[in-house]
Amino acid sequence: MNTLDFSIVTQSWPYLWSGLLFSLALTAAAFVIGMVLGTCLALVQHFEIPVFAQIIRGYVAVIRSIPLILVLFWFFFLVPIVLGHLSGNGRPIPIGATYTAFITFGLFEAAYYSEIIRVGLRAVNKGQFEACQALALSTYDTYRHIVLPQVLRVASPIILSQTIILFQDTSLVYVLSLTDLLGAASKLAQLNGRLVEMYLVVAVAYLAISSAASQCVAVLRKRYALATSR
Amino acid sequence: MFGVLFEQTADGQRYIDWLLSGLGWTLALAFFGWWIAFGIGVVVGVGRTVQNRFISVPARLYVEIFRNVPVLVQMFLWYFVFPEVVPSALGDAIKQIPPPWASFFPALLCLGLYTASRIAEQVRAGIEALPRGQFEAANALGLNGYLTYRYVIVPQALRLIVPSLTSEVMGIYKNTSVALTIGLMELTAQARQISEATFQTFTAFGAATIIYLCLALVAYQAMTLIDKAVRIPGSAPVKPTTDEDLASEMRQGGALPATMEVVK
Repeated sequence: MNTLDFSIVTQSWPYLWSGLLFSLALTAAAFVIGMVLGTCLALVQHFEIPVFAQIIRGYVAVIRSIPLILVLFWFFFLVPIVLGHLSGNGRPIPIGATYTAFITFGLFEAAYYSEIIRVGLRAVNKGQFEACQALALSTYDTYRHIVLPQVLRVASPIILSQTIILFQDTSLVYVLSLTDLLGAASKLAQLNGRLVEMYLVVAVAYLAISSAASQCVAVLRKRYALATSR
Repeated sequence: MFGVLFEQTADGQRYIDWLLSGLGWTLALAFFGWWIAFGIGVVVGVGRTVQNRFISVPARLYVEIFRNVPVLVQMFLWYFVFPEVVPSALGDAIKQIPPPWASFFPALLCLGLYTASRIAEQVRAGIEALPRGQFEAANALGLNGYLTYRYVIVPQALRLIVPSLTSEVMGIYKNTSVALTIGLMELTAQARQISEATFQTFTAFGAATIIYLCLALVAYQAMTLIDKAVRIPGSAPVKPTTDEDLASEMRQGGALPATMEVVK
């Protein structure tokens, strides 16, 4: 066994750092797209809008039953074709792996967030709706100002835990040869042959970020539990 | 549409044989990985609930570490790093393993240990859901700690958590696809290979997707049957104790019958 030499890690720090920034950017973008789209998907199912609700239910079931890597392959293949059709000339538009990753993770996470929000919508007390009706609020105002804020508040610990899992899952963009934290480390490792040090450092980085984030969520949950019990 | 699957490949097989061999690896990985995960998960889960800190702290550390590192990174650690950091005789022996098995065993170890950390949390939730009186009654009967867990606590806890284990079953078969990154030709890898060989991407991925959907359905139905058979009469299924568990349950596509109806 060779002795470990972590100087290679300090030398290549800027590259690893840019990889980490990409992972975080992908997580943030997927979170925003996923939450916005997921809320819409949940509402369509909640209102039982015909045809659309069934299609969305099927989409969510399929996305949740197949591995994320297969989803990545699917979108990598489908997104240029769909964009081609949307643009009118029917020819696939290659947009590159980076944009594909952003779109894929956004659409993929939307399926998971929509499930969380859908369950949250079901859990809202009926009295809230009745009170809104008594106040003559329109359906839009009811959901915008009364129902959704409560759902998002109650579900926030679950949503954040899901986002931590999302952060870990972004490492799978490795299969698209993108340079996220793991991708950067693996490219460096192949250049300089220092596989052991690189992968150990990456593992520790993921561990530190995910654990710290989990602790924050735990604190948040405790605070929220206190707030509701009062 | 799926006609291309029955065409001859360059190596004299049909494309569907590639898919089936991929399915075989996926199933083998999920099946054996599951039993490793189940065995370790029960032990670690029990460890998290005992009073002795020399046991409960390492158990907690195990769960924290294995849950907070992405599966893909763990896969690389077992495949690339593990043979380098063990004594060189053992490391060399590991590197001598012939090709399919050289990726299969690290993948098996990785998935087993990762899923074990998740099962441990479910087992802990199950044990904590049992009334205190179970421990006290076992104590009053003169059972020692081991016998209490072996004959009273663990059997009941396991019967309670079958529904939440469903999501772990779904999780492990989906995570088998990560093994393609270390060169195991499982189902997703074979689908990609077929798509590259035939340019029939839609057919190749479609066939793999249908197979995964069938697996999800079979896993779900089997776990429902097991739950029916072993459920403690009169008990409600354990609700996940933490939001994190709820999130993971939702994420892994388990115990939510509404979505499964569509799969049918």
